[in-house]
Amino acid sequence: MKPAASKPQAKPAVKPTDVIVEKKVEVVQKEEKPVAEKITIGELHLSGCTGCLVTLADNYEGLFKLLDDYADLVYALTLVDVRHVPEMDVCLVEGSCCLDDKLSVEELKEARAKSKVLVAYGACAAYGNITRFCRGGQWNQPGQEAFVPISEVVDVDLYIPSCPPCPQEVRNVAVMAYLLLRGNDEQKNLATAYLTPLMQLAQRGNEACGCDLMYDVINQGLCMGCGTCAGTCPVRAVTMEYGRPNVNRDLCIKCGACYSQCPRSWFNFDVMNNYEGIMDAIKGAMQ
Amino acid sequence: MDVLGNYKSAISARSTDKDILKKAQDGGIITTLFAYALEEGIIDGAIVAGPSNEPWKPEPMVATTKAELLAAAGTRYTISPNLYLIKEATRSYGLDRVGIVGTPCQIQAVRKAQLYPIGMRDVDDKIALALGIYCMENLSYQALEAMVEDHCNQKMESVKKMDIGKGKFTVYTERGAVSQMPLKLIHKYVQPGCHVCLDYVANLADISSGSVGSPDGWSTVFVRSTKGNAVWDGAIKAGCFETKPMDQVKPGLDLVRKLATEKITKNQKNVDARKTVGLKADGTPKGLRNPYESP
Repeated sequence: MKPAASKPQAKPAVKPTDVIVEKKVEVVQKEEKPVAEKITIGELHLSGCTGCLVTLADNYEGLFKLLDDYADLVYALTLVDVRHVPEMDVCLVEGSCCLDDKLSVEELKEARAKSKVLVAYGACAAYGNITRFCRGGQWNQPGQEAFVPISEVVDVDLYIPSCPPCPQEVRNVAVMAYLLLRGNDEQKNLATAYLTPLMQLAQRGNEACGCDLMYDVINQGLCMGCGTCAGTCPVRAVTMEYGRPNVNRDLCIKCGACYSQCPRSWFNFDVMNNYEGIMDAIKGAMQ
Repeated sequence: MDVLGNYKSAISARSTDKDILKKAQDGGIITTLFAYALEEGIIDGAIVAGPSNEPWKPEPMVATTKAELLAAAGTRYTISPNLYLIKEATRSYGLDRVGIVGTPCQIQAVRKAQLYPIGMRDVDDKIALALGIYCMENLSYQALEAMVEDHCNQKMESVKKMDIGKGKFTVYTERGAVSQMPLKLIHKYVQPGCHVCLDYVANLADISSGSVGSPDGWSTVFVRSTKGNAVWDGAIKAGCFETKPMDQVKPGLDLVRKLATEKITKNQKNVDARKTVGLKADGTPKGLRNPYESP
């Protein structure tokens, strides 16, 4: 038995009578909103490593610009003091969903119900990524072994693959989501065109692997050996041998970066032909 | 978009640098532009097709000096996966301003990496100069070997220069022999991925260049983007190039347009044919994947 520590004495909450109480000056800082209506974005954290959330912050001053002008961050682990999943325009879901963790399943369903656009943010949410290799027995939750991409549990609108996804990509998606929800007709069209392939990726399925380069590019007679897949692979599992990717499948973490970055997985001329204008527009929006 | 893409100006040009012209395929445009951009600090390095340990097999390299650029000058008619080094250049080498040269498809990959930087962290704003080269089709290294060694009967290591033009593939050897084969015969060696390519003159590059349309030893140059325009103007002011207006050279822009139209028309047919290549149980056609529609 520990000796009972003496409880700290609470100070009396009584104001001495000789204190002059001045009228408190109203200093509640009202946030200035240069833009009429921001969109709301949240980040739901499931079975991920927080790398995706850090990636959001890796936009540095760009994140502040996003939050100043385009989006309010209404829900995010460590960044926002909100306990329960709120209503939001865009929900970025990080991590795969552990079926053995009832709270994860419930929160994911709640996020789906309360958001207009549900994004699988990062490879774990989209494709399972490294959690595809989980077989249980790990500290400190040995009983948790069933991890699935979130689209096994809820409908997903848009994918941002890779491990981690790139700060510039989530920034672009955030700006485009703003244009889609708050922009004029022209901006809505641009945003729709930009986001379409990422939405199609979500329709394509929730399995990714370096093998996609074989199955869906080389086997389809579409590879021309540009080297993008090898350059983009975050774990250097892809090398170029005689003009074709060679995937070391023991290294591949199934993040989907190689295939989604490949110019022959999809190439939308309507967006790409206007690359200069779009890049200038995003740069302008972030200044 | 027009088959020649958007461009601010089209010029016939040749480098004024004698060292570069000695090594260059045609007018030495790409090497000279990168050398100028390195000198001026517009780029810190350029991803180019460098030498490797096999003859005529390029290996992507990050060139940071004119000597390295010279070692990479000249065309090798096989694949150099230059995009392989894009993160290597920006992250391992830590270059803030990167130049890259590529075929039209590789320049498409560069733009996709900038607009959709899914796995291309901190790359988008570091591409300072993307130079494109005209490309009708490309060949695997083994295909090039077959052409040089089987068709032209020359050893790869004895070849001094290879060239495609006037309907022929030509091999010049160190000892002065010249072997040729008709271009018609190389079609079976073309890599399949080239049959769906809808770009001939690197429409998305900052500046693109190739021999077609200009006299021997000169190149046809398209200056396309704002960035490209600034670099080109600077290089002209610095005296890097001799130039002639396109309408005063033979065969001129018409030939470029003719070849571009031929390539794109043929390949658009291939893309369309993929939609009906197979057969479903109900008798309707079954298609292959179309990268221009969806992933």
